[in-house]
Amino acid sequence: MQVRVQSERFDAGAELNSFADGRTDIGAVVSFTGVVRDTDQTLQEMQIEHYPGMTQSAISKIAQQAMQRWELADCLVIHRYGALKPGAPIMMVATAAAHRAAAFAAADFLMDYLKSRAPFWKKEITQQGAQWVAAKDEDEDALQRWAAD
Amino acid sequence: MNVMYFAWVRERIGIPQEEVTTEAATVNDLVAELRSREDRYAAAFADISALRVALDQELSDFDAPLKDVREVAFFPPMTGG
Repeated sequence: MQVRVQSERFDAGAELNSFADGRTDIGAVVSFTGVVRDTDQTLQEMQIEHYPGMTQSAISKIAQQAMQRWELADCLVIHRYGALKPGAPIMMVATAAAHRAAAFAAADFLMDYLKSRAPFWKKEITQQGAQWVAAKDEDEDALQRWAAD
Repeated sequence: MNVMYFAWVRERIGIPQEEVTTEAATVNDLVAELRSREDRYAAAFADISALRVALDQELSDFDAPLKDVREVAFFPPMTGG
């Protein structure tokens, strides 16, 4: 299990290759990379604030839950903070398991929990001004489906 | 105890953290105390339902006791990912 909180850019492809490198016990690797989106072409930068004392342990707990809930061989979470430009990678998760169902489900679970339970806050800086990104009700609702079974 | 503020809570109050000496029994009591201090606190804590709290870096509730807690953090709902 690897959890990294960093301001530096990362190379998702290189991370993914080294994540699964040399493993013969897995049949599936699933990954997700979140990217700074600018669909209206107004975004200058996305500022990501976090709670340094809490972030690493909060993400580690989420990752441990995923490891326990599914038979994962390994999982990786990288999350950045600081000022990011449109197109920059914000975060990635990767999961490795014997079979794809566990790898997909665990990656989905990690993403849902990182969205609403990891202490990060996003602020969009545009030509019109600065605005904190509000949490969405559907992100909170997404957690419910993991409680159901 | 050390009280920390993040995102727009930090911006409204104007500082990222401060040392607070208090007899408050619960988080709600602490919020009431802070609110009565100055307008900027009243503005930040106007709507508790828009806030989350962590006690010693664990997510918690506003009715939780503050006994033995060393660090309280207030922030809006998280937006990671």
